Amino acid sequence: MTAGNGIPAVELENVTKRFADFTAVDSLNLNIGENTFFAMLGPSGCGKTTTLRMIGGFEDPTSGTIRLHGDDVTGLKPYRRAVNTVFQSYALFPHMTVAENVAFGLRRKKVDDAEVKRRVGETLELVQLSARGSAKPRQLSGGQQQRVALARALINHPRVLLLDEPLGALDLKLRKEMQIELKRIQQEVGITFIHVTHDQEEAMTMADTIAVMNQGRIERLGSPSEIYEDPRTPFVAGFLGASNLMSGTVSGNEVGLPNGAVIRLTDIQAARCNGHNEVQIGVRPEKLSFFGSNDGNAPVNRLSGVIADTSFTGTSTQYLVEVPGIGQVAVVEQNLGDIHDPGEEVTVAWKPEHTFVVE
Amino acid sequence: MTTTTLHEPELARMARRRAMVPYLLLLPGIAWLLVFFMVPILRLIGVSLQSGVYPNYEFTWQWDNYARLWTTYGSQVWNSLRFAFAATVICLVLAYPLAYFIAFRGGKWKNFLVVMLLMPFLMPFLLRTLSWKIILADEGIVVSTLKTLGVIGPNATLLATSVAVVAGIAYNFLPFMTLPIYVSLEKLDRSLIEAAADLYATPREAFRKVTLPLSMPGVVAGTLLTFIPAVGDYVNVLLLGSPSEFMIGNVIQSRFLVVLDYPVAAALSFTLMTVIVLMLIPYVRATGTDDLVA
Ligand SMILES: Nc1ncnc2c1ncn2[C@@H]1O[C@H](COP(=O)(O)OP(=O)(O)OP(=O)(O)O)[C@@H](O)[C@H]1O
Ligand SMILES: [Mg+2]
Repeated sequence: MTAGNGIPAVELENVTKRFADFTAVDSLNLNIGENTFFAMLGPSGCGKTTTLRMIGGFEDPTSGTIRLHGDDVTGLKPYRRAVNTVFQSYALFPHMTVAENVAFGLRRKKVDDAEVKRRVGETLELVQLSARGSAKPRQLSGGQQQRVALARALINHPRVLLLDEPLGALDLKLRKEMQIELKRIQQEVGITFIHVTHDQEEAMTMADTIAVMNQGRIERLGSPSEIYEDPRTPFVAGFLGASNLMSGTVSGNEVGLPNGAVIRLTDIQAARCNGHNEVQIGVRPEKLSFFGSNDGNAPVNRLSGVIADTSFTGTSTQYLVEVPGIGQVAVVEQNLGDIHDPGEEVTVAWKPEHTFVVE
Repeated sequence: MTTTTLHEPELARMARRRAMVPYLLLLPGIAWLLVFFMVPILRLIGVSLQSGVYPNYEFTWQWDNYARLWTTYGSQVWNSLRFAFAATVICLVLAYPLAYFIAFRGGKWKNFLVVMLLMPFLMPFLLRTLSWKIILADEGIVVSTLKTLGVIGPNATLLATSVAVVAGIAYNFLPFMTLPIYVSLEKLDRSLIEAAADLYATPREAFRKVTLPLSMPGVVAGTLLTFIPAVGDYVNVLLLGSPSEFMIGNVIQSRFLVVLDYPVAAALSFTLMTVIVLMLIPYVRATGTDDLVA
């Protein structure tokens, strides 16, 4: 995860934050590498903002150590950290023009006038707002304000940029555009972005690394595809996309389900069950397909049942299959051929490598 | 909506009617201002141009009444302006830190502290000022303490001096300064201050560049609410000052209620009002508050 000299851009060591008797962040350990687009994902109240505020210096950890590029910054005031923040509400200064807002950080660092002017021009160009330098923030649209907030932070060439749900206030279309824009800017300026969001799709499209948080802890850390394909906990499996979870009894590489079906696991997944008798396994709905009940080409993991519900969503169709002894299993199929109707008896099957074990 | 279809002229008429609603809602306010503000002012102007001896005044375009402000009452006008100015400055210096403390450090005590600030004002104006008379009296605690400390001479007094008058005015108008400043600080978005800190502003710079400019509407409102009534005040002088501290308010009060010289009193009132308005327009312009209300 770390690049170059191997020192992480941001390092949290056993960081805990308690408000009165409520633990918002619980002994968090985290290394974020140089030039990473890092997303913190989690439900409301799981401690994302609190973690970000501790990195920015707006909140002191109750215990633990925070390091930026190897230097201990725990307890250092925000204005002494080479970190900048894009606030959730943008927090643009309403009494200053866009250009003055963007120049604010350089002015505090006593950069000379000509240099400030040049860099303000350059940064406004980067966020495509060159024409609006003399406007007041309230005269801009939400997306434009968001870009001013971004420019105001980026102009200082921070080595780490913190973004707290910067796209939360935008409508869907603008949000998609800004996601691409943010990713482009991150690659162009080459700094570490720590992006907080509770939109799983946003995290997956933008980030190199995702941390899924739950109740003040990191439940799962990895690349979007790693986390999606192997979520490891029921919480992550449910939070990131949909999954079918089933309980069964392990023996070797096989899991016996209550209805008698036997599900095959890969060696890696099977190794994760060691010591446990009862485990939960899961499979993503799009990994399932329909086969005839005696089709020899069907993958080895099979379940038979009756279609309970069919819903057409355009590019795909979602089915709920009632499997006796197990419950409803969700299946998503591309719309290529037949659509199966409710009441039809079907067999669904998937490959062993698409089965994951959750603790 | 009912099932009847509406034709375009009807829709247009409805839209027009809806556009009228704000003006209709304004009517009571406008009527009130007309009856209780414009009419008395016009009447005041009328009276101010009369001449004669009580109770037989006649309208004679007596412009001389206006000259009196400058020719006869110059020192009282000067007293009014400088006492009101001094009291406003003192109020501002006391009120800003007070409002800042309540808004930023008050925590859960905020509302309680605001009520405490207003507590003395549940007492009538006259009683409050009278109690200052006791506090500042020659044998009172303030004078004797200052004497022991050697700050003032053994024969000095505070009562019947301009110091007492200014102190009284400042005391009486302090909440009018504090409340607007408190409100503007209270509603200030805290994330703006965090943003300033994030952009390398020290706490002092954050205050100078963000907090102070954004609280200017409160400062302007507070100074106006203090200065305007302070210029016209006469009670503080009556109770805490002496005739040499008389302000223009005292002159107007005695012309109206004692000498019954209505024309001159009316001319003085009207001039005072005009002078204050003319002085304050550039002040409000310069502080540019209209630019701040986002
Ligand atoms: N200043 C505070 N005092 C007391 N409790 C707080 C404070 N700040 C946050 N908390 C609590 O800490 C928990 C985590 O809050 P945080 O703001 O980090 O959540 P979040 O993950 O950012 O959620 P969201 O997605 O809703 O923004 C919440 O339960 C919140 O109530
Ligand atoms: Mg948050």
